[in-house]
Parts: sequence; structure tokens; C-alpha cells
Amino acid sequence: MCDPRGAMKIAVLALQGAFREHIAMFRRCGCDAVEARLPGDLADIAGLVIPGGESTTIAKLIDRYSLAEPLLDLARGGVPIFGTCAGTILLSRNRNGCGEAFLELIDITVTRNAYGRQIDSHEADITLTFSPEVPYNALFIRAPVIDETGDGVVVLARHLDKPVFVRQRGILAATFHPELTDDDRVHRYFLEMIEGKNR
Amino acid sequence: MKKFGTLPIKTGFAEMLKGGVIMDVTSAEQARIAEDAGAVSVMALERVPADIRAQGGVARMTDPAIIEEIMKSVSIPVMAKVRIGHFVEAQILEAVGIDYIDESEVLTPADESHHINKWKFKVPFVCGATNLGEALRRLGEGAAMLRTKGEAGTGNVVEAVRHMRTINDGISRLSALPEEELMTEAKNLGAPYELVVMVATDKKLPVVNFSAGGIATPADAALMMQLGADGVFVGSGIFKSANPQKRASAIVQAVTHYNNPDILAKISKSLGDAMPGIEISSLEEKNLLQGRGV
Repeated sequence: MCDPRGAMKIAVLALQGAFREHIAMFRRCGCDAVEARLPGDLADIAGLVIPGGESTTIAKLIDRYSLAEPLLDLARGGVPIFGTCAGTILLSRNRNGCGEAFLELIDITVTRNAYGRQIDSHEADITLTFSPEVPYNALFIRAPVIDETGDGVVVLARHLDKPVFVRQRGILAATFHPELTDDDRVHRYFLEMIEGKNR
Repeated sequence: MKKFGTLPIKTGFAEMLKGGVIMDVTSAEQARIAEDAGAVSVMALERVPADIRAQGGVARMTDPAIIEEIMKSVSIPVMAKVRIGHFVEAQILEAVGIDYIDESEVLTPADESHHINKWKFKVPFVCGATNLGEALRRLGEGAAMLRTKGEAGTGNVVEAVRHMRTINDGISRLSALPEEELMTEAKNLGAPYELVVMVATDKKLPVVNFSAGGIATPADAALMMQLGADGVFVGSGIFKSANPQKRASAIVQAVTHYNNPDILAKISKSLGDAMPGIEISSLEEKNLLQGRGV
């Protein structure tokens, strides 16, 4: 369990997907977590999560409700952003034949649905570089693959020889679903990132 | 060690569909319209429920060639329906590589007493339910996602509302019961005891529950979300309406902003005619789909 962090407000982009699970995880960690659907919901936040869901759906709703610029402003203002699965696709700088790059906030190249269709979705134990003692059970659900990482991108976990959890300064991205497990190490890492404890 | 088709992988995929709209499509062209409108998934069909209802006859699994064409045409996940109890249709769809199987009362049942043993499949299943006992029986058989049955192909939301309220009432009732009454309640519901205890403890279903059967407008979709649905299926409601692109996009937005009447008012404007609806009481009992496979 995490320490009380009552003053810290995290927003989870709640356009579509598994936003409730992220909110529950942050609340378990003692933070205030809120749903964000419109630009006005992004005020006074310490961190933002773009959750898993369908990246095409979330991107369309970001466009239609003019959220891209406010999200980029957050990043420019140094507010940490964490993307999981679809969120990672939306944060990536380059995409391999799977649509246009969107927010381009982290220097990685991703391929969508790279393991195949749902029958190829799987769970597997991975090792978190910052907490290697205990294996981490990761769920890869129609997950993207990170094919390339640019300079300054730190790899925090790998699976089948490819990075699946990466960080570049204030941007954190996972291709799996930490919000669907009881293991809060990944969320705790993001909170420590916000607190400047793990540069 | 990779583990495929586990319960967390099946139910987790449904979690990713939450807050989204799954649209019935009958061609690659319709699938692309649905994807462009922001659908989280499409249901590949030969006929939408309104046409199945109008044309009658035996409704079966869609031709795998049509399903494959739709799978190739979009990047979002593709679902397809099998007849209740028809496990070979399910084996075929799994071989085709479908992302989710709907064991559906909209098709003509292949087995009057038994559903598919869904635990035997790696591909996840969604099933319809009209009440809590039915919902928990489907989970006992291995379904990883639920939906209200509603009354498909009518464009009338009243049955979807009834089923959502009935399931929610069932959950509230279970949550309030003393522990020692749960076995008798399991017997009365005709549901597995372990699942009854789980719902009573958690005060919610252990899987995602969408609404389906009769949703035709953005307001219908938002109504179901406010009643506690995790997302919606729209069958005939989109491609039987006057302007499918516009209506599909509006329903997607309504599911996201279901609690925001200002946005709902804006997106409900000038959508053209909705699908023609059917008053449920005008249907003969034998023509109701919701009574199939309970």
C-alpha cells in the first residue's frame, strides 16, 4: 500500500476504456483521482493518465472535444503523463503502419495489435527494473509492441525481447494493464515520478 | 511463460471496451463507417436484428467469408454471433480468429436447454441476460462479459431498461441478505453459489455488463449508461436510420458524455429519422427473442 498523498490530484482521461480501474488504484494509493472528459477537467492536476481502451475511439473523442492542445500544454508545463496500452499508442512519436502519430510526446515507435488478435492476448511475468525482486504479472490485451526507442528513453521492463514499459522524462508508457491487477508497483512508480523521487 | 485465454485476459478485454459502443454491421463498408464514427468494436452479421425479425426463417452464424472481409477492413476488434448452444459455430469463429463471440438469442437457438461450455474456448464470450440468475448462469458457463437482452430489432428501449433495472435490483437484494440466506437465494436464482456470494460481497457483477436490444438514439444510450450500463451495443439502430454516420458518431459521444445534458442536447440535434420502432405489446409472445435460452 502507498503512503497517504491526499493533496495530490491525478486526472484519468475518461473518454472511453478502463478509466475507473486507474482511479480505484490511485485512490488505494491515497491520492485524489478524478475523471477528465473536457478541457476544464484538467485544471490543477499533478499527473494525467491516458488509459487503455480503443485508441481510434479515444483519439476521435480527443479531437472532437479539443483536448489535444490542453494535453500538450500539460506536458509542456512539466505535468507527468502516463499512458497504458491505447494510451501508449496515443503518446508515441511514430507508428508502424497503424495510423498517424497523435500526441508525439515520447520518442518510441509502436505497432498496434502487434501480437495479433484477441486469441493472441496473453499474460506473462516480467521484471520491473526498479523492483526486480518480485516478478510482475503483466496482461497484454490486443497490446501494441514498442519496436524502437529514441535517445533518452529508459526501458523499465521487457517482454519477448521488446520494451513494454518505458519512460522519457515526464512521460511514462506501458503496453500492458497495471490497472487490472492488484499489484500497485507501477502506479506507485508514477506517483514517485510526480514527486520527483525517481528522476 | 505466456498464458493465453485466461479469465483475466478475457474479462480484461471487456474492460477495455467500457464506455464504448459496439455496432452491428453487415459489410466492410459499414464496418469502416462504424470505425470512423468511433465504435470500439463491430458485430459482423449477415442481417441486422430488424431484418431477421421481418424476414423470419432460421438465423444462423454469419458466413465466415463476410466475417473475414470485415476483420480485414478495420483495426478495431470484431465480434460475431453464434446460435445458443451451437458450439461448432463457436469453434469455427475461433478458428477464423474472431475477437469476441456473442452467444445470442437474436439467432435461432440450436439447443433448447443448454448453452455452450464457454470455458473450453480461448476466445471470450458475451451473453445476454434479463435478470441476475440468468446473468450468473452464463458466467458459470464461462462468459466473460454480459449484456442485457432487451428486445433486439425493435428500436424500443423499454426491454433494455427493464432488464438493466431487474439485474441491478437483483444485485441490491443480494447485497442486503444475511450470509446464511445466500445458499437458498442461489437455489432460487438457479445460479452458482460461489458467484452469488461474490456478487453479495462486491455489490456488483464480476464482469462488464453492456446494454443491448432496442437502443436507437443518443438519449437511449445515455439513459442506459445512467442506469449503470458499462457501454452499449447498437444493432439495427444505426444502419436502419436515415443518417448512419451522424447517428453513430452521436451515440459514441452520448456514451462518453452520458451525464452532460448540454452535450447530449447538442449531439441529439438534426440526426434525421431514427429507425422505425415496434411497440413491444404488438408483438406476439412467440416472436419475443428475450425468452430464448434463459
